Order: sequence, then C-alpha cells, then structure tokens
Amino acid sequence: MFKRLPESEAQLNAHPVALKVNGMEVFCREGDSVAAALFAAGLLDCRDTPVKGVPRGPFCMMGVCFDCLVEINGMPNQQGCMVLAKPGMNIERQLGAREVQT
Amino acid sequence: MSQVSNCEVAIIGAGPAGMAAALALTEYGLDVVVFDENPAAGGQIYRGITSSPLRDRPQILGKDYWAGEPLVKKFQACDAQKIHEAIVWAVSQQTSDFAPSHFEIGYSVNAEARLLHARHVLVATGAHERPFPIRGWTLPGVITGGAAQTLLKSNAIVPSDRIVLAGCGPLLYLIAWQYLNSGVKIDMLLDTTPKGRVLSLWPYLLDFVRSPYFLKGLNLVREVNSKVNVVKHVSELAANGVDALESITFKTGNQERTVEADHLLLHQGVMPNINLAQALGITLNWNDVIKCWEPVADIWGNTNVERVHIAGDAAGIAGAWAAESRGRLAATDIAFQLGKLTEQQRDTVAVKLRHDYVAVTRGREFFDRLFQPPVQFRRPTGDTVVCRCEEITASQVRETVKIGCTGPNQMKSFLRCGMGPCQGRFCAVTVTELIADERNVPEQDVGHYRLRFPTKPLTLGELAALPQTEDSIKAVVRLKKPV
Amino acid sequence: MNGITHADVIIIGGGIHGSSAALQLAKAGKRVLLLEKNYVARHASGVNAGGVRTLTRHMAEVPLSLASQHMWANIQEHVDDDCGFEVTGQIRVAENESDEKILSDRFTMMQSNGYIHEEWVDAVGVRDMIPSITPNILGGLIARSDGAADPYRTTTAFRLKAQQYGADIREGVTVKTVVRQGQGWLVDTTGGRFGSEVLVNCAGAWADQISAQFGEIVPLKPIAPMMLVTSRMPHFLSLVVLGTGRALSFKQRTNGTVLIGGGRLAWVDRDRDITELDFRTLADSARTVCDLFPHMRNASVNRGWAGIEASMPDGIPVIGASNTEQNLFHAFGFSAHGFQLGPIVGKILSELIITGSTNLPIEPFNISRFAASSQAPAGAYPFAT
Repeated sequence: MFKRLPESEAQLNAHPVALKVNGMEVFCREGDSVAAALFAAGLLDCRDTPVKGVPRGPFCMMGVCFDCLVEINGMPNQQGCMVLAKPGMNIERQLGAREVQT
Repeated sequence: MSQVSNCEVAIIGAGPAGMAAALALTEYGLDVVVFDENPAAGGQIYRGITSSPLRDRPQILGKDYWAGEPLVKKFQACDAQKIHEAIVWAVSQQTSDFAPSHFEIGYSVNAEARLLHARHVLVATGAHERPFPIRGWTLPGVITGGAAQTLLKSNAIVPSDRIVLAGCGPLLYLIAWQYLNSGVKIDMLLDTTPKGRVLSLWPYLLDFVRSPYFLKGLNLVREVNSKVNVVKHVSELAANGVDALESITFKTGNQERTVEADHLLLHQGVMPNINLAQALGITLNWNDVIKCWEPVADIWGNTNVERVHIAGDAAGIAGAWAAESRGRLAATDIAFQLGKLTEQQRDTVAVKLRHDYVAVTRGREFFDRLFQPPVQFRRPTGDTVVCRCEEITASQVRETVKIGCTGPNQMKSFLRCGMGPCQGRFCAVTVTELIADERNVPEQDVGHYRLRFPTKPLTLGELAALPQTEDSIKAVVRLKKPV
Repeated sequence: MNGITHADVIIIGGGIHGSSAALQLAKAGKRVLLLEKNYVARHASGVNAGGVRTLTRHMAEVPLSLASQHMWANIQEHVDDDCGFEVTGQIRVAENESDEKILSDRFTMMQSNGYIHEEWVDAVGVRDMIPSITPNILGGLIARSDGAADPYRTTTAFRLKAQQYGADIREGVTVKTVVRQGQGWLVDTTGGRFGSEVLVNCAGAWADQISAQFGEIVPLKPIAPMMLVTSRMPHFLSLVVLGTGRALSFKQRTNGTVLIGGGRLAWVDRDRDITELDFRTLADSARTVCDLFPHMRNASVNRGWAGIEASMPDGIPVIGASNTEQNLFHAFGFSAHGFQLGPIVGKILSELIITGSTNLPIEPFNISRFAASSQAPAGAYPFAT
C-alpha cells in the first residue's frame, strides 16, 4: 500500500477534496493527481487491459506509459497521473472494452 | 471554438532546459510561448517544487532539488507566455497555415484543441525512464523509480509494507536516500551493476573524480549502503504474482532467492523522450554507451530540421545543470538566427556557457559506462512482456524476426507492438535490441519505429473542434460531380 | 559483382500488385525477379484501410472487382493465409436527399446492367444493422459480400507465397534506368544490374517515372490519403461504412480499434518518402465521423498516418500492355482503391504475359488513353474511396 507522510495528511485534513472512486467516497489532497489519489486510497490497479484483461496500475507517473488509464466523469482513456483531482470527480475502473450504450 | 495565435519562439517543455532558454530568449526581447504538460514548471527533476508538501523538511528531498527553485521562480516571473497542462500533439511545417515561415503547433488544454504559430521551435521534452523488461514488470505494485520520486516530491506519498528497489544508476540511490530521510523502511536494494565493472572503467575514473557529481554521489551511496540491505551484482530478476506483486526472485552469483514484497521500484536509467523530435523529422542516432536513441544535434542544439532546436535531456542525457547550459546555448543561437544578436555576440556569450557545459558534464563517460543497463535487462527472452500496451512478449518478437521480419516498422505491422498509446516509449529500444540480437547486426542498422503526429492521443471531439480552412474543404481525392 | 542477374520477368514494385503478379508468374513456372526500393508493402499496400470492396466501383472496374472477389473468397488457398479477411459487408450511406438520389441512381444503373451485388437498404434497415449511427440516415447501398482485410499481412502473404514458388524478391533496391536489350530489358539499380525478357511496372506512386523512360507520359499524381486509428473501443459496428456526399471510410476492426479514412490528403514528397498529416483536414474527417456516429466524440485517436499512392485523373488505374514497347506491362494508378483488385490484377498480368491476352475487359485501363493529349479524360467519378 501507499501512505501519506504527515505533511500530506495534514494538507488533506485541512482542505480535503472529495472524490467518488468506483462508487466509494475517497478524500485526497488539493494538488493530488487522480493516480496519486488512487494510490493513497489503497488501490494499486485502476484498469484491466483490452487485450488480455489483466489488471494494471500507474507505472511511470509522468504521462508516458498510459497504464494509469481510468474513466473520469464518464470519459474513458484519461491518464490519471496527468489529471488533477477535482471535487466531485467520479472515477471508475477502465474495463478492457465495455459495452457501449447507444 | 478554437483559437489560433502567433509567437516568435515556441518552447516545448518547462524543465531546466526550457526554463533556461525562455529566460535567455526573453532577455533578448523575443516573443516566447512555453508549453508544459504539468500544472507548474520544473520538468521531472524539479517536479512539484512550487507546491511540494515537503517544503518545511527540505532535508528529505535534499539540497540539489531545492537548488532548482530560483530558476523556477525566475521563469515564472519572466515575460514568456506559459501554457500549462498543455499536451502538444503535432508540429506541422508544410501544412501550417503560415508555411514556410511559421510552424503550426497543435495542442490541447483541458480537452480543447488549439493551434499556435511560431517561427522557431525549441524541443525541450526531456527524458523518461527506460524500459526494464523483466518477468512481471507489468504487475500492479511495480512502479518506476521516477514514479516513486514524483509521488514523494509532488504529493509526499510513499510506499509502505515491504519495499524493494532494483536496478542501477544514481536515481535509484537518490530515491533510497530520500526514503531514508523521510523514515521509509526499505527492505532491500537489488543493484544490477555487474561485478568488476568499476575496475574495468579505470581509464575514465580520473575524469569522474574531477566531476561535480563525484563527492556528492559517493556520500549518498555510502549512506545508503550503510543503512539499507543492498544486494550487489544481481544478475537475474523477476516479479511474481497473479493480480499484483507478491514476491521477487533474484539471482546473485550462484544464489537464487525469493523474497516477499508489496512494492518493487524499478530503475535502470533514463532516455531522451524522442517521439516529438522524430515526428518532426529530426534524425536519430543510436548511443551505444547508454543504449538508446538520441536526436542528432550540435552544441547549439541545431538539428537537421531548419528552425528547430533541441536542448536538455531531450538531446542526450546529461542532467539538469547541463540542460540549463544547453537551453541557454540554444536560445543564444535562436536569437542570432532571428537577428537579435550578431554572430560575434552569440559566440561571445557562448564562451562561458560552453565552459559551464564542459564542467558539468565532466565524468559522464565513466558514469554512462558504469550505469549501462546490463544486457539481460535490455534483451529479454520468453514470456517477458516487451510491449506493455499491446501485451507482446519477447519470444513473439524474436520468433517474428526468425520468420523474416527485419525491422521495427515491419514488426509493428506484424505484431502491433508499438501501436499502443505510449507509441513505443516503453518498447522501442527493446524491440530494436531484440531484432539486433536475432539478426546479429548493430542497433543503428536496425533502426527505429517511424513515429508520426499525433505524438499524444486526442479525442475525435477535440480534433473536430479545430477551425476549418478553405483547403481542407477541397482536399478529398475527387471532386464530387453528379453521375 | 559486375555480372547481370537474369530472369524471365522483372517486376518493379513490391506492393500488392507487384507481389500478386510475382505469385501468378512464379506459379506458372516463370523465373521472377521483383525489385522493391524500400521493403515489400512499405507504401500504399501496407498502410491502406484494407477495404475489400466491390461496392460502387467505377463501371469499368466492376467485372475485375467481381472476379477478384471470387479469389478473396478463397484467399486462404491462394496464399496460405486468411489475411485477416472478414466478410462484414460494406455500406454507403445517404445523409441527405442528394446522397439518396446518387445512390438510388446507382442502384438503377447496376440493375439495368445485370449486377445484383449492390442492394438498397432503407432507413430502418440501416439502423437495424448499425444501431449507433445517427438516426438522420435515409438509407444506404450495401454489398454484403464485401469486407476488410489486413493490408500488410495480405501483401506479405502474397510475397511469401511467390517466394515459395521460387520468385526472387530484392528489397532496398531502387531502379535507376531501364534500357532495351534485344527483345528484352536491362535494368540498372542501386543493387546491381538485372536482365529479363519481360518487364512489369507496378511502381505505384513512382510508376510514371518508370513509364516515362519509354515515352509513356501519364498524368499521375502522388497522393497520400490520411488515416486515423483510435484506441480499442467496445464493439459497436461490424460493417464498413462509407460516406456518399462527403468522404468517409469507417470501420471497427475485430480488435476493437476504429479506422477512419476516406481520402483526405496529407502533404507528400514522394522523392523523400515523406508525408505530413494535415490536421485541419483531419478535423473535417473528425466532424464527419462525429456527425454520423455521435458517440465517437469521446474516442481517443491514437495514431495517424498517410501512405503514398498514385492517383489518376479519371480515377481508374492503368492496366495492360505498354503502348510503345513490346514485352512491357503496366499496373499502377489505383487511386486509393487498388487493394481489393490485387488478386485479379496479378492474374491478368500473368495471362497477358504468358498467353498474350486476358478474358477480362481491360480496354478502359489502357495507358494509351493518356497518349493523345496532356488533358485528363473527362468524367470524374462521383464516389470517393
């Protein structure tokens, strides 16, 4: 698991940002990327791959590996490490290739 | 609706090279726009410096990190227009509305695509981790050393439970040292530097001893060695687990061991982020010492593409101080090319910059050779994943060479490796090396994926919102006429 | 080595047509030498949309296309590879009344010529087949036996099979000059000198440079049609969808990625083998796609590219014997729709070379149509790729 150092924890407590992650309420710090927020909330993986359906999580944290893809507010293929977590964001696991609603 | 605007120099990347160049160019009175993907400047090395939660305990990240702050502050205050959270996905020359005098840069901010025209472009896109293809490197629980650093610097988030660091190179020891400073317990550091390598590099040692990194590095390594269980000369490495990392198997000498672990931090060096450079048409050369592709540029950062310069780690790995020098050198040459300086003025300014550059790169020959990733971690076998995006294995790539595929572009067409969103950033060098291995030819001859724009993905909706032009309406294969 | 390597037939160009000709000729026992300046399937043949289409072809192409389609149905036997060919059907849709009229006129014309492979589908029928298409579609023209294949894999399969029959394929070899030698040819290249009795020009976007060496000037224009591909998406489409009034070629592959083409052009420099995508024009493609398939707004475009192809002003290729020289044959200028014709063109060339004639009506493709003047023949064809 990942944990916050005291400074990070203190900043979170002072100005918490409320997110929904896979339906659950999660708090993070202002300035956390979505990927960092997910790690700190205890999730190591955030998607299943489209080819073999295996779990993956953020790997490089700088926007070049594309393993941190999640669905944010209904938009798929968002790089969690490149998006700042904002209040009210709805973050969902990206599942290989889910059925489209028409 | 999209906006299009103009500037004289567009800099892509606000790391040390980009920032130093922006400062110099604005000093010369030029109109500059700087693009950066992150919310604040600093690149990777000074990531999060303006907002790090660890400001009040500067000893955790260390003096070298915080020493970057004045540069960032000066950059923030300078006249360059900064566009943050900007993803540049194309730089057009021929199809630019203002070709040939201006490039057209396509970029997106918050899912809105825009265009900017610039007379001159400076590529300062830095570097990223090189691939470390071992069995299980795609498992959740495995991240890069750089990722760990970002989490620490930007968020003050650290791994807990059982932590193993593995690989080679100064960054690995740096993160270990920073973890020690923040009270993180590291279970093991597996150093893959081969036995006898230091001794074999004695011809380069004198230069390294004179380098600014020498004492600094030595102290850091000594401290880590004394406080962390460092296992040297690790020759084999694998991460095990089903849906997440569970244990790590490694071999050192004749001994094989398996240890349980929750986190594995992998690092064996960084390489230039070449995608934008190559898509722009900049020639690449294989650097056989650090085993990666490098854009070809002179000391000014001139490339084979007119009015495109390149600086910093994007041009070749040399660290943050060298990046600043190269950034300033590029800016000085650009200012000369744009008529703000005479050649003599340019050359005069360059004297000190070149001197600085030589001073900060002294000892690199030793460095680069010492930390060259060992061959077994560059040329994997079996079911080790090579292309993470498309989940292609080493044996698939090797088999495909055996049936007649001679280059990475054909390999792409056969197997789809390199066709995922990372566009080869984490597989290109491995694929080049595997083909070289199977064919027994030099990597330079094997070549590289043909990279194109868009160098970062964008949605159809973003693309659809770009403004139309007259030509785009006419540009179909045939004009429509009634039958 | 200063010697000359001899063959019965030299083929210039390792795209689908060159490879297909190599296969048919080698199979018939000829010593075949194929000279390719980059690598087989490097250009248009390796990077096109892979459309295996008989639908709305130029009337002159219809008989060839239908004959080629028979070969596609048995492609596994021909080249020991299924080439990724899937029969999904191809449909051209009508977005408005003008489109509807174009398609219905076409349908009438096909019927009156005795062709039954193109069927009209009404608005309800289209929406049944393609639930995610905009409800504004008025109908479409479908060819149910059409589909798509993997272009690189297909061309490579033809090449490998040709090699199995003994064809000699040389890559990285650029033709410099071709001169007459007796009844045959002497070809000077960057990889040595080659001699043969028969020469076949399948040099794609560079074929006019070859034909010009024999006084056959053709108004060939190098073009680079652009393609975009998305990341994998949940399955929503099994047919290939084409536009009528505006250019679109749209398909979802089995792996879930969506391929967007249609003929919009990149900037091209054929001498340096480079293209540059025109993003303003691609924006137009994006708008077309989003109008027809609204959910595609969120699709992530992963890559773009443009292959170098040859375009002829009347939109149909040059196929057949040279007008000026004996033992010289041409097959080029496929104007962004040559892939499906690959199998049959190889067969036609082989028949022409071995027996002197072919049963298929190739007169409209004769290179002589360009001989009279530098003006393009009249009658631009209304359907884009």
